[in-house]
Amino acid sequence: MNLALVGVSHHGAPVELREQVAVDTDAAAALARELADGCEAIVLSTCNRTEIYLAANDDAPLEGRAADALVQLAHGRGEELAPVLYRLADESAALHLFRVAAGLDSLVPGEGEILGQVRTAFEIGSTGPLLDRLFRQALHAGRRARVETAIGENPSSVPAAAAALAQQVFGELSGRVVVLVGAGRMSELTARNLMSRGARIAVVANRSNEHAEELALRLGARAATFDELPNEIGSCDIVVSCTSAPGFVLRRADLAATLRSRRGRPLLFVDLAVPRDVDPELASFDGGFVYDVDDLEAVVEASLVGRRTEAARAERLVAAEADRFREWQASLTVVPAIASLRARAEQIRSAELAKAEGRLAQLAEGERRVVEAVTSQIVNKLLHLPTVRMKEAAAAADGVFYAQVVRHLFGLGEDEESL
Amino acid sequence: MAELLVWPALLAYGEAAVAYAGVLRAPALSGRLAIWGVRVGWVAQTALLLVQAVHTGGFPWGTWAGALNLFVWLVVTAFLVWGCNARFRLVGLLVMPVAAVLLVASWAGGGTESGEAAHPGVLLGLHVGLMLAALAGLTIAGGMAALYLWEERRLKQRDSRLFRLRVPPLETLDRLTTKVAAASLALLTAGIVFGLARFQRGHFDAAMAVTLALWVALALLLALRHESRLRGRRAATFQLGVVVLVAVVLPITHFAS
Repeated sequence: MNLALVGVSHHGAPVELREQVAVDTDAAAALARELADGCEAIVLSTCNRTEIYLAANDDAPLEGRAADALVQLAHGRGEELAPVLYRLADESAALHLFRVAAGLDSLVPGEGEILGQVRTAFEIGSTGPLLDRLFRQALHAGRRARVETAIGENPSSVPAAAAALAQQVFGELSGRVVVLVGAGRMSELTARNLMSRGARIAVVANRSNEHAEELALRLGARAATFDELPNEIGSCDIVVSCTSAPGFVLRRADLAATLRSRRGRPLLFVDLAVPRDVDPELASFDGGFVYDVDDLEAVVEASLVGRRTEAARAERLVAAEADRFREWQASLTVVPAIASLRARAEQIRSAELAKAEGRLAQLAEGERRVVEAVTSQIVNKLLHLPTVRMKEAAAAADGVFYAQVVRHLFGLGEDEESL
Repeated sequence: MAELLVWPALLAYGEAAVAYAGVLRAPALSGRLAIWGVRVGWVAQTALLLVQAVHTGGFPWGTWAGALNLFVWLVVTAFLVWGCNARFRLVGLLVMPVAAVLLVASWAGGGTESGEAAHPGVLLGLHVGLMLAALAGLTIAGGMAALYLWEERRLKQRDSRLFRLRVPPLETLDRLTTKVAAASLALLTAGIVFGLARFQRGHFDAAMAVTLALWVALALLLALRHESRLRGRRAATFQLGVVVLVAVVLPITHFAS
């Protein structure tokens, strides 16, 4: 079988070009259906890449068809697109998809979203035996990379680092109460990351009450003023602060009594503002933890270093999966010969039993079943080793030669009467 | 036969102790080597205890050395409840060196031999067994409290490599320390009750006094914890103090009496 991949990604194309060929789920499904005329087709489109996978039994010009489809998507910028397209076939295409699914081709190694995007592309694609096997194995490789290595474990952005720190203090965030100070975009991003892990945003405090109420409405919280903060902080677990105030908004002097009254109950301050909002002295209280934006960026950087180290292990794992796929794909070349060989053997066995029918007629039903079983076992045992050896030879690229030899030796495809 | 089983247990515990020391540098590999050392050592020591029990036909852990042998087994058993989880491997860094050293001490004192059977009676057997189980629980709680203090320090210092070596969240450690301490208090109480059943007037010694002090300290810790008046760093420090009481005072007073 023939597998081709043509795509464009963040490695070679700027966002202006990538956005031209990006398609949503419905359009990707429609394009896959359109391309699947006489072949299999899957369209994978994410923020960083758009790729078309085509597979067919014959030597159809799959690569050209996929490239043409991408150029058409580019809305008149096809000339710019053509030089940045990458074209891969068979083993290289499979290895590329496995790397994509494992997050090894992503901007942030091991990012988790891509695996879901590959799954969606597979589900909406027009698949057949080859792409079905390829994408199932890619999803398996992606899962293995995340389970067997730590490539996706640590936070890769400041909001994710804040949420991971909260989990390191509190464990499960389900039911944990968050107070937001400031109603800007960064506050909202961090709040949403915390909410996705089960935390509840209770209060949004801001200098402008209007902005606080807007964000509170979006997050299912209530708005509050800065004066109410000491009281609110007394009963919360996490404080996320990001205002444009010139000095500390949360000062030790204002919150000392509140923190003492918590008797060591942990309280995490996430300070995303520059200049800082949270007095670092608040960390001196039992249970008080203060992280500013530099701390969080340092955590992210350390995590990315760890992810890059793990990426080497994930690469080995993905390469092993690609080898498995190559062996499977190669074995397809000998499958027809094996099937013919087995059919011929079964035909001979049945014919010989039919010839001996007169002599076997005197046997009891049970004895006849034994004869049937024994002859079947002999055929299976004789053919077992040749079958295994042919598949091995196929994996070593000698499959076609072996298949021809078997066809010649056993006269497969010749006039059966001659036997 | 018993002698043959001591060495695999000792070697495996020793290997685990050394491997846990390497966890800070290479968490994954050292962690795997360490936990396998603990498992192999535990199996060997379990077999050792069974052989001792069968050969003596009684209670072979009545001596201080024998009690140490049983204590080490209880500590390692309790550790294995959590120790197989990679996040708890640093508890092993604290517990396994202690277990290895104590097993050596037990061996040196003859506590791993299949010697003569002691027949202390059911009450004394239960008393010793429950007290040792309580002390083993406290050792594990102490390990968790130490891990809490270490992790809290890393969080306070805003260590950027925080996620390189994963340990359980602070709240989980706090909660587990309390649970293990509560279980230890229950075992200690039962042990004291069985001890009181055999108590003879005029025989109140220093070891009994320290045991009662330990019970009071543990009960106070749990009561304050229950009232939410003591938690976090202070509770962990208090818990470590209790373990120090066990580790330092109890053996001294035991030998003195």
